Amino acid sequence: MLNLHLYMAQRLTALIMAPLTVGHLAVMIYAVQGGLSVAEILARTQGSLAWFLFYGSFVFAVSIHAAIGMRAIMFEWLGIKGTALSLISWGVCLLLLVLGGRAVWAVTFAGAGA
Amino acid sequence: MPETGEFLEVSIWREQDGDGHFESFQVPRRDNQTILDVVSWVQQQADPTLSYRFACRVGMCGSCAMMVNGAPRWTCRTHVQKVADDNRLEIAPLRNLPVIKDLAVDMDPFFDKWVAAEAVFEPSQTRDDPMAPITPQDPMRIAASDAIECINCAVCYAACDVVAANPDYLGPAALNRAWSLVNDSRDDGQDARLKAVSGGGGCHNCHAQQGCARYCPNELNPTLSISGLKRATAKSLLGWGQ
Amino acid sequence: MIRPHRTHALWYAFLLHRVSGIALALFLPLHFYMLSLALTDPAQLDGFLVFTDLVIVKCAEFALVFLLAVHMFGGLRLMALEFLPWSPRQKTFAASAVALAFLISTSFFLQAM
Repeated sequence: MLNLHLYMAQRLTALIMAPLTVGHLAVMIYAVQGGLSVAEILARTQGSLAWFLFYGSFVFAVSIHAAIGMRAIMFEWLGIKGTALSLISWGVCLLLLVLGGRAVWAVTFAGAGA
Repeated sequence: MPETGEFLEVSIWREQDGDGHFESFQVPRRDNQTILDVVSWVQQQADPTLSYRFACRVGMCGSCAMMVNGAPRWTCRTHVQKVADDNRLEIAPLRNLPVIKDLAVDMDPFFDKWVAAEAVFEPSQTRDDPMAPITPQDPMRIAASDAIECINCAVCYAACDVVAANPDYLGPAALNRAWSLVNDSRDDGQDARLKAVSGGGGCHNCHAQQGCARYCPNELNPTLSISGLKRATAKSLLGWGQ
Repeated sequence: MIRPHRTHALWYAFLLHRVSGIALALFLPLHFYMLSLALTDPAQLDGFLVFTDLVIVKCAEFALVFLLAVHMFGGLRLMALEFLPWSPRQKTFAASAVALAFLISTSFFLQAM
């Protein structure tokens, strides 16, 4: 089901995400000490362009990567093909982009505060 | 070969016109018996209506490939004592190919995909041109030679789960041959070939499970070849040339 | 239970990579939704975060970190297989990917406790 373009998009987003994932895992190992709270999270991320770019690019890359991965699985294991396959795949991509974008915005520049 | 006195419980797939089921036979066990010996005994002594294929019976032609206890193998090269747990055998036609009758499958889809992958030599010169000099130490020649011993037996095709899940997937054998031709400096059809292996059934569907390499009786590694195709197609997309 | 032609290390590596990918893809929308509560309902988010003190939740987090790490290392192994010179030690790499992922998720778990 994957052609050259889908394959390259998935591999390239994987490469982009490798350092982002290592960074995210490091942050999580650090942040989980002593428990989690909204205040603690926002104290780190609020107003930060760096975190916005970091997690923003993470969300962008994972939306593409996960959608293509799910596309292959839906085709091979569920037998979904044609227009339905494309529609659902794009749906997955947009869902992750929108929800992820909201989350990134919420913890950086949304200004909600605890 | 002397009989050991034991009997094998052999389940053989019978199919005609789409109706398929397993049928049981009791086959006398012998020393140094192969699965092909077992199938031949059934056809000769028990049920002459059993259909199956073989030719050389010495492990060179690949005609006798079947599923033996769930794994694709050359039956003439599979000893009963290596695979029969508690004297039980299950013999079925090769997976992923339509069944003509009993243990004989239709190899047409396999060969159609071979052609569709452009796994066919395209000459760049004529008989009037001087012979192309190919040195055996040339890295491309070595890569081609490593992949060239394929005899189209379809064992890898039967082993591959992507072939089972994706009807368009060209399959390990066709892609392996395409890779050997990508490395053939005399060949003129590289653009068409790279395009042929870049579509929805192309090399990018391989998940590197390497069932093909595990079962290839000639010890080839189609996954390695397919990785080469992935690199070659990626390079051509990014404009880095051959 | 597993068909005979699949009982080898590199097929299990494929399965682990695929299953971890599915799990992460299903988890992410929930993760994103929870985080966006920081915008719309921070009090509710703090309420959820209190749950993360429970041991069972910490175990679930351990599993998630493991799945993320194993998916990443497995993916890097796959890309090394495809784009770097072929190594016959593929199975060793597959095992190392699992081991590294386990190491990372255990460090997380110990910090979380």
